[in-house]
Amino acid sequence: MQPMPRALKALSWVSAILFLVALGMTLFYAPREAVMGDVQRVFYFHVASGWVGALAFLVAAGAGVIYLVRGKRRWDSVELASVEIGLAFTLANLISGAVWARPIWNTWWTWDPRLVTASVMELVYIAYLLLRQGIEDPDRRARFAAVYAIVGFLSVPLTFLSIRIFRTIHPVVVGNNDPTAQGTFDMTPPMLQTFLFSLLVFTVLYVALLWHRVRMQALAESVEERKLKLLSA
Amino acid sequence: MTSGAAPAAVVTRRGSGYLRAVGAVLWKDLAAELRSRELLSAMLVFALLVILVFNFALELDLATRQTVTSGVLWVTFAFAGTLGLNRSMAVERDRGCLDGLLLAPVDRSALYFGKALGNLAFMLIIEAIILPVYSILYNVNLFLPGLLGVVLLGSVGYAAVGTLLSSMAVQARTRDVLLPILLFPVVLPVLIPAVKATNAVLLGLEAAELWPWLNLLIAYDVIFTAVAFMLFDFVVEE
Repeated sequence: MQPMPRALKALSWVSAILFLVALGMTLFYAPREAVMGDVQRVFYFHVASGWVGALAFLVAAGAGVIYLVRGKRRWDSVELASVEIGLAFTLANLISGAVWARPIWNTWWTWDPRLVTASVMELVYIAYLLLRQGIEDPDRRARFAAVYAIVGFLSVPLTFLSIRIFRTIHPVVVGNNDPTAQGTFDMTPPMLQTFLFSLLVFTVLYVALLWHRVRMQALAESVEERKLKLLSA
Repeated sequence: MTSGAAPAAVVTRRGSGYLRAVGAVLWKDLAAELRSRELLSAMLVFALLVILVFNFALELDLATRQTVTSGVLWVTFAFAGTLGLNRSMAVERDRGCLDGLLLAPVDRSALYFGKALGNLAFMLIIEAIILPVYSILYNVNLFLPGLLGVVLLGSVGYAAVGTLLSSMAVQARTRDVLLPILLFPVVLPVLIPAVKATNAVLLGLEAAELWPWLNLLIAYDVIFTAVAFMLFDFVVEE
């Protein structure tokens, strides 16, 4: 078995430390929001995990395109890894949003377009995993999965457009503001710093997780190969 | 001069050959359906059943009808459409027709457009029956030009992405259950504006309320058709 690359080991430690720093910043450095109170602190990780979810699905679609063009199995594992990570982070995004919405909107969940499109995004990629499960031939599985990753990604831009197209109660903190949104606030400099730092940390964490997952997939494949070789010998 | 004219002639011949190939695949599906009528009758009966179930589930009285008609219609079309998509690809797969089609010396995308147009035709036929039936049963006039346009646009997007996904689903082990799971979340960017636009037409809202939805619908029609056209090759490749 190949030992873990030094760079990956270093990256894992760096992201763990950065994550603790980000946690400390959200809890102690960022000031308490005047109207919403402490629950507003969920915002930093909520947006960061939403961002990583979208980024992961974008990477998956990109890896799908490259796989279809080049046909290298490696890109298929990048795509699968990215989808799995994206699912986890989108789920974190939905759950942290619900935690915030309970006191602010007075409900865990509301059928707001933004929330609906985010949950549809989650469903698209669960369907992606089911599609992979339903196909045995590895080449065909990789091809179909790549096609679905590309088509499915088309539903993600809608999530981001939806906040502009539909009337929504979801606040737009970054960029211009919609008066019908409930729970908006203006960021002070420490808030902005914490926010941007969380985005950075989550992105680093995503890269580390992606690398681990791709490596794991390669190891699983080599185990499979050795097993076949041993059985045929 | 002659060297300039020759490629143009080749292009036109290739162009018409392409259209002929699309037409041939479409005609094959329509002719087979005209003889057996198994697909359309199943879709139609299913669509009527869905409407009946909605009638009991939602208590479609006059007040509710105003607000839910567009939703009921589109859910019915979407469900009946899945049935049709599944069947139309399963037929190709079961009897080995797909391999025969793939052997034909035509561009693969011509097969896609032929199948997609066939699926669209089946959906439009079902809709052409369901709309008057719904109008009579619930005493609402659904024959508004705007509404027919929205129904057409929605069906185009649905058939465009549905044909691509159903040709993947039939090749999977879990094919019967897979298509709706793959299709519904992805086709939502078509279904949501279709429902909203239908509602806007039915409630007689002004054009400013309708156009954003129509634009979204047209945009996704174009996106899905273009993407399916580009990706279909990879789905049928062996």
